[in-house]
Amino acid sequence: MKAYLSFFRIRFLAGLQYRTAAWAGIATQFAWGGMNLLMYAAFYKTGADAFPMEFAALSDYIWLQQAFLALFMTWYFDGEILDAVVTGSVAYELCRPADLYAMWFVKGLAVRTSRALLRFAPILLVAVFLPAPYSLGLPAGPLAALLFVFSMALGLCVIVALSMLIYISAFYTVSPLGVRVLAGTLMEFFAGGVLPLPFFPDALRTILYALPFASIQNTPFLIYTGHLRSREALLELLLQAVWLVLLVALGRFWMRRAIRRTVVQGG
Amino acid sequence: MKLYGKYLAMLLKSQLTYKASFVMTAVGQFFVSFTAFLGVFFLFSRFHEVEGFIFAEVLLCFSIILAAFSLAECFARGFDVFPRLIRTGDLDRILLRPRNVVFQVLTSNMDFTRLGRLLQAGLMLAYALPVSGIVWTADKLFGLGMMLLGGTATFIALFILYAGISFFTIDGIEFMNIFTDGAREFGKYPFSIYGEGVLKLLTYVIPLALFQYYPLLYLIGRSDDIRLLFLPLAGFVFLLPCYAVFRLGLRKYKSTGS
Repeated sequence: MKAYLSFFRIRFLAGLQYRTAAWAGIATQFAWGGMNLLMYAAFYKTGADAFPMEFAALSDYIWLQQAFLALFMTWYFDGEILDAVVTGSVAYELCRPADLYAMWFVKGLAVRTSRALLRFAPILLVAVFLPAPYSLGLPAGPLAALLFVFSMALGLCVIVALSMLIYISAFYTVSPLGVRVLAGTLMEFFAGGVLPLPFFPDALRTILYALPFASIQNTPFLIYTGHLRSREALLELLLQAVWLVLLVALGRFWMRRAIRRTVVQGG
Repeated sequence: MKLYGKYLAMLLKSQLTYKASFVMTAVGQFFVSFTAFLGVFFLFSRFHEVEGFIFAEVLLCFSIILAAFSLAECFARGFDVFPRLIRTGDLDRILLRPRNVVFQVLTSNMDFTRLGRLLQAGLMLAYALPVSGIVWTADKLFGLGMMLLGGTATFIALFILYAGISFFTIDGIEFMNIFTDGAREFGKYPFSIYGEGVLKLLTYVIPLALFQYYPLLYLIGRSDDIRLLFLPLAGFVFLLPCYAVFRLGLRKYKSTGS
């Protein structure tokens, strides 16, 4: 356990070094969030009754999404890990007296949290002070705030577990670029990165809510805005946990098979 | 020009060497913009119109901006990855050769997988052309062509500006993305829906609305002023200041020494 903790620390501190990049990222995400809200405002003007949630709740959703983009980014895959698999240097990692799955998992957690920590505070801070319907409101209540934190943690683990599957698939494909682009795009869409999930057509939304992708960012954000009330929120939290367990189990199983198949040649 | 053709053929051939990978990446590019299309589609199945623009009109807008962006990205990719040329020192090699710098940067990189996006734009255009209810007279077709040309020029200008600024910052500046990737993302709707302020900014500072919003008004019959069709030419004018920034950066350029 201690080994993984220090591994986390190393990656985490390395991630904190990129501060200038973080400032540029903050500015971009701020502009991005603002434009998004203006766009939805135009739709709101046309048909307020067709809106699936309060406009203020949508503002919360968008700002949280921008602030925690680095935490839940679906298109991010660790280049080092993929390279290690493609070039074969993964063989060295296999020699280490540590569990490969856990090591990569911890790495994913560390990279994402360190990047998000550098970015989220300024965005949230400014967003809170924007004029009324566009601002970030407070969480729906103390219970919602607490559940939100738990749900965020679970969401982070779910996206890392999902990206683990992509890394493992690299054992089978020589050039993982195509798979990566495709998987990243589809996951982003199903997670509500392109269009918040409440805006999807009803039938499709019911299916998407049950899939693991909704467990990434959609669940915590909807808990924050109060869209999901206490009982529903707890059920969703449970769903997140179930998906996490399933994905980790699948990942571990698949990784064992992939490694057994792998032949390391000398040299 | 002949040399440009040679470079084009060479880069195309080299990218086609790994055919499966090329196709996969192009398909990936297609899907990236396809999810954006689905987003628009779902919103319109819920709201039916936005600020008086109907689905087909928005698709027209979306396809133009996507086509212009992918053409610019395909052929001016060299400027898009320009910070890398500086960092790796490849720019020094370019400067030593007795040829125009812009020409060499243009030919240093072209990314034909971006044409996956162009396909998507073509499909949307093919759908929107008849459904939009516009009678496609010669002047309107001319306007469509102008939008496409002007848009490509504007995006190329933005890529050049991006490269020019990266002389001063060495690393790429993420914020510029809001005007390139952001314009592609948010330009799927006529820029007027974002409100007066954004429209003014994109009219007077960065001429994105000039090839998108104003000519569209003429195409869909909201305006009779045929002069609107010539506004996309501003994209070509915009190339000049962007090129000036690039020259300025080039004159100040010191190699990173790597």
